[in-house]
Amino acid sequence: MAATAASSSSPSLIDTLFQRSLDDVIRVLRSSSSAALEAAAIARALDEIRREIRSPDLDTKAVALQKLTYLASLHHFDMSWAAFHALELLPSTSLPHPRAAYLAASVSFHPSSTDLLPLATHQLRKHLAPSPSNSPALAAPALHLLALASSPDLAGHLAPDLLPILSSQSSSNPLRPKAVATALRALAVCPDTAPVLFKPLVECLSLSSDPRAVSAAIGAFCELALAASDPSPYIPLAPEFYRLLVDSRNNWVTIKVLKIFARLAPLEPRVAARIVDPVCQLLRRSTAKSLVFECIRTVFSSLLDHDAAVRLAVDKTKEFVASDDDPNLRYLGLQALTMLGPAHSWAVEDSREVVIQSLNDTDTSIRREALRLEMGMLSDSNVVDICNMLIKYAIKSDPEFANEILDAVLATCGRNVYELIVDFDWYVSLLGEMVRNPHFAKGDEIERQLVDVGLRVRDARPELIRVARNLLIDPALLGNPFLCRVLSAAAWVSGEYVEFSRNPLELVEALLQPRTNLLPPFVRAVYVQAVFKILAYSFISFIKQIQAGELLEIGNSFIQRGGKQEGSDLVAAKSSSDQNNAFAIGDGVATDDKAILFDSIEKQETFKHESISCLLNLIETVVGPLSECGEVEVQERARNVLGLILIIRETQFWNIEEGHELTRDDKITKMVELMESAFSEELGPVSTNAQKRVSVPEALILNENLSDLLDILGDDDINPCASVSFSFRNHHSTETNQDSATAIEPNSFLAEHRKRHGLYYLHMDKDKSESNDYPCANEPLLPVSHGEDTEDIVKLPAQSLIPEKAKPTKPRPLVIRLDEGDGVSSSNLTTAKESKGDLLSGAIRDVLLRNEKKPSLTHKTSLDRTSQRRENGASENSELISQQKESNSFGDREHGNSSSRKGRHHHKERIESSGQNRDNEEKSHRHSTKSSRHHRRHKHRQRGDAPLDIAPQSPVIQDFLL
Amino acid sequence: MVRLYPNRCQLVGSAFISGFLISLVRSFIHFVILISRQGKVRLTKWYSPYQQKERSTVIRELSGLILTRGPKLCNFVEWKGFKVVYASLYFCICIDPDDNELEILEIIHHFVEILDRYFGSVCELDLIFNFHKAYYILDEILIAGELQESSKKTVARLIAAQDSLVETAKEETGSISNMISQAM
Repeated sequence: MAATAASSSSPSLIDTLFQRSLDDVIRVLRSSSSAALEAAAIARALDEIRREIRSPDLDTKAVALQKLTYLASLHHFDMSWAAFHALELLPSTSLPHPRAAYLAASVSFHPSSTDLLPLATHQLRKHLAPSPSNSPALAAPALHLLALASSPDLAGHLAPDLLPILSSQSSSNPLRPKAVATALRALAVCPDTAPVLFKPLVECLSLSSDPRAVSAAIGAFCELALAASDPSPYIPLAPEFYRLLVDSRNNWVTIKVLKIFARLAPLEPRVAARIVDPVCQLLRRSTAKSLVFECIRTVFSSLLDHDAAVRLAVDKTKEFVASDDDPNLRYLGLQALTMLGPAHSWAVEDSREVVIQSLNDTDTSIRREALRLEMGMLSDSNVVDICNMLIKYAIKSDPEFANEILDAVLATCGRNVYELIVDFDWYVSLLGEMVRNPHFAKGDEIERQLVDVGLRVRDARPELIRVARNLLIDPALLGNPFLCRVLSAAAWVSGEYVEFSRNPLELVEALLQPRTNLLPPFVRAVYVQAVFKILAYSFISFIKQIQAGELLEIGNSFIQRGGKQEGSDLVAAKSSSDQNNAFAIGDGVATDDKAILFDSIEKQETFKHESISCLLNLIETVVGPLSECGEVEVQERARNVLGLILIIRETQFWNIEEGHELTRDDKITKMVELMESAFSEELGPVSTNAQKRVSVPEALILNENLSDLLDILGDDDINPCASVSFSFRNHHSTETNQDSATAIEPNSFLAEHRKRHGLYYLHMDKDKSESNDYPCANEPLLPVSHGEDTEDIVKLPAQSLIPEKAKPTKPRPLVIRLDEGDGVSSSNLTTAKESKGDLLSGAIRDVLLRNEKKPSLTHKTSLDRTSQRRENGASENSELISQQKESNSFGDREHGNSSSRKGRHHHKERIESSGQNRDNEEKSHRHSTKSSRHHRRHKHRQRGDAPLDIAPQSPVIQDFLL
Repeated sequence: MVRLYPNRCQLVGSAFISGFLISLVRSFIHFVILISRQGKVRLTKWYSPYQQKERSTVIRELSGLILTRGPKLCNFVEWKGFKVVYASLYFCICIDPDDNELEILEIIHHFVEILDRYFGSVCELDLIFNFHKAYYILDEILIAGELQESSKKTVARLIAAQDSLVETAKEETGSISNMISQAM
C-alpha cells in the first residue's frame, strides 16, 4: 500500500523511462471503440499526466504537458490546475520545452484565470527581447500568449517591450506583424498603454514598412475603429488610409480599409466624397467577390447620398442575388439588399421574384435572409400586402420557418407602437389568422399584442372583439396548448370590450362551453372573470333598457301621440326572431320547451327578461362547480360570479314579470350604479417607467435582507408551487369534486354544444372513439412539394413591394402611446451602449492630442461604471496616474524631438490647472483642444505635400502625422 | 441570469460579465474550430474568452447546426447573433455579423492550402497526430483573431525553420537522456 501511495504521489524513474508519448495516447483513444472505453482511456491518461507533470525531469514534464494540452483542447478537460507546471517549463533552454509550455498556456489561459501569468513576466520579457540568441520560435508564441491572455497589469508592464519589435526596420522581421496584433490586444485590455503603443502602430502604416506589417496594422486599426462608439479620433489618419485604398494591391488590406472608411464617412462628408471614386473603381474592376461585396456594403452603409455609386452597387448586388450556382453570393446579395431599407425599395423591385423564391430555398440561411429583407422593406403602404403574403406562405412552410415568419411579422408590425400599421382592423384580423397556422407557437406575443392593441387603439375594439369571438367560439382551439395564451387574451378582450359585441350572450356561451375545462387554471380564471364582466354588462343594459322604455312610455303618454307602442314593438319584433334562434339547454334548470333567444343578427342592445334569466341559469350551472375548484384563482372568481347572481336574484327580479316596477326598486338602482362604476373606468397601457415614478415610502427599506424569514417559514409546509391552493378542504376532496364536475359537464353540455355548433366538430362516430382527446386545432397539412409552392408564392404578391401612393385608406386611428414609456427599451439600449464609454478611443484621442496627462480622467464617468480599477478608490487611482506619468515620460523620451511646442504648452496648462477640481480640468482640456486645433489647421495648410487634404476640418490632428 | 455568449455590444464595452474580462476591442475572429464529418473535434482555437464549459457547449451546438446541413447550401450559418463560416470538412470560423463572410472563406482556403503544402495533401490523420503543428501553422496565419500572413511561401518557410530548430534541440536532449539512462 505504501508503495502505491508513493508512486501515485511522486513520479518514479519508471514513469520517466516508460512514459507514454502523445502519439501513444492518441492511438489508444482512437482504438477505443465505445464512449465508455474512451472515457476510461482518458481517465487513465489523466492519472498518468498528473504524476508525470510533477517530475523533476523537464522532458517528462513537457511530454505530460503536451498530452494534457491535447486532451484539454479536443476533449475540453480543465487544465487550469497545470498552469504552474506550464510556467515551470518556460525558462528551459531546450527549445521544445518552452514551446510546449506556450502552446499549453495559449490553449488554457484566459484573461480571468491567469493569476499565475504575472509570475512569468520576466520570462516573457526575456523571450521578447531582441537579441541574436533569441529565436523567433520563442518570441512568436510569447507574443501570442500575451495577446490572448494578458491582464491589464501585465499588458501595461510589457507594452514597452513590444516597442523594439514594433519599430524594427528590418524588412523581413516576421515578428513585427505579430507584435502589431499583440499591441492591439494590449491596447484593448489596458487603454493606458496608448501613449506608448499608438505611435509605433501608426508608423507601421507608412509606405516603407513591410507589407505584412502594413496588413497587420490596418487590421488593428480596423478593429479599433469598428469597436469605438465614436470613431472620430481616427479621422486624422484618413490620409494614410486613403493612400492604402488607392495604392494597395492586397485585397485583404483593401477590405479592412473599406471597413474603416465605412465608419468614418458618415462623420465627415468630405471623406465620403473623396472615397466614392476609388470605391466605384474597385466595384467595376475587381474580380475578387469578397472585395466587391465589401465595396457594396460600404456604399450601402455609408455612401447612400452618392447616387451613381448606389446604382453601381445595386447592379452588382443584383448579379449576386441572381447567381443560381453560388448560394453564398445569393445569401450575401440578399443581405446587402436588406441594408438598403424601405427608402430604396426600387432596388429590390427588380429582384422581387428571386427574393420571394428565396423564401422557399432549401437553405435555411437564405430563407432567413430573404425574410429579413422582406421585413426590412415594410412601410406603411405595403405592409398589408407583404404581411398577407407571408402569413399565407407560413401556412405551407415547415414548422420552424413558419414560426420564424410569424415572429418576424409580429416583431416588425409591433415595432415602435405599431408605427407601420394604419388599418388596425386588418391587423387585428391578421393576428386572428396567424393563430390558425398549423405550426403556430407564438402564443405569448399574440396574447400581448391583442391586449395591447385593445388598450391603445379605441377604434380597433369592435374588430378586436369580433376576432376574439371567433377564437373563443371554436371548441377545436381549446385543446391546443400553444393557443391557451391567445385564448386568455381573447377572453379578456371579450370581457373588457363587451359593449362592442353584437351578441354578449353568445360570448358567455362560448366562454362557458364544455371543453374549457381543458384550459390551464390561470386561463380559466380569465374566462370566469370575463363571464363576470359580461354578466354585469348585460344586466346593466337590461335594467337601463327598461328604464329607457319606461321614460319613453311616460313621454309618449304626455305627448299623446299614436306611436306609443314603440317599446312593445321592439319586444314583439324580438320575440319573432326568438323563435328562429331558439335553442334549449338540456340541464336541469332550463328545459327544452323553455326556448331562449340568442339574438345574433340585429345590432340591438336590447335584452329580454328570458334571455337574462337563461344567462343566469347557464352561468350558475357551469360556474357553480368551479366554486369548489382547487385552484384559488378560479375558485375566487367563480364565487364572485355566483355572488353577483345571488344578489341579482335577491332583488326579486324573478318574481316581477313587468319590468316597470323594477326601476322603483332602490336596491336595483344602487346595484346598477355600483357595478357600472366598477367597470366603467377604461384601462390604459402602462408605461414601463411607471414603477420608477412611484416614490418609495420613507420607512420602507427595499434592500433589506429577508433571509430571516426563512427560519420562520422554513419548517412549515408552505412550499411555493406554481399553483397555490388555499382551499379550506383538503386536496383530495376538492379534486374529486372537480373530477365529478368535469365528468358531469361534458355529458350534458357537450352534446348540446355539438348540436348547436356542429360545424366546429368532427363527425360523431370518430368523436366517440376518442371522446376525451380533442381533435388537434389545426390539422397539419401534408408536406407540400416545394416546386408548386414556389409558383403559388410568386403569384401571391401581385402587388409590388413598391409603396403604392394612390391607395385610398381611412385615416390612421389614434394610437395611445406613452412617450417616455414606450420604445424605452430600444433607446435604453443605445444609450447603454454609448455610455459603456470608450475608454480606448478616449485614450487614443488623448494620445493624438498629445494630451500628456491622465487620459483616463477625461472619461471619468465611463471609468466609474466599468473599470475594475475603480474599486480601490482614490489611492489606486493616484497610483494609476503615476504609472501613467511614467509611461508618458517614456513616450517623451522616445519621441521628444517630434513633439511640438504645442505639446509642451499643453503640459504647462495642465499643471497650472491641476489644483482645480476635475470639472474645470476637463473644461480646460477641451478648451486646449480647440485652441490647438486652430494652430494645427494652420500648420496643415502649410504642408502642401499631404496626399489627401481632407483633414483640415476634422476635429483633431496629431502632430506626428504632419 | 448568466449570459454565456457576449454579444457585440458587450464585447465592445469593458466589463466583468460572469467573471471574465470582456475586452474593449472585439476580436475579428472569435474562434476557429475544425470538426470532422463524424462530429469529432480536431482543432479548436479561441480568440474571445470562453470558459471550458462554454467551449464544449459551443462545439456541441455548432456541430449540430453544421453537420446537418446538406450539400450545395451556402457556407454561412447564423448562430446566436454571430455568423459562422464553414468550409472544407468543417473548418468553422465565428465572426461578427457585419464582417465579410467571403473574406473568411478565403482565410479558410488559405489555411487549408498551407496545410496541404506542409503535409502534402493534408488528411484528417495528419492533423490528429500532428495537432500541435496545426496549431503552430494556424498561429502563423491568425494571431489574436487577426489575419497575419498572406503569403503561403512565407508561412511554409517559417514553419520549416521552426521545425528544424526544434528537431536539433530534440536530438541534443535525446542524446543526453540516452546517456543518463545508459549510465544508470
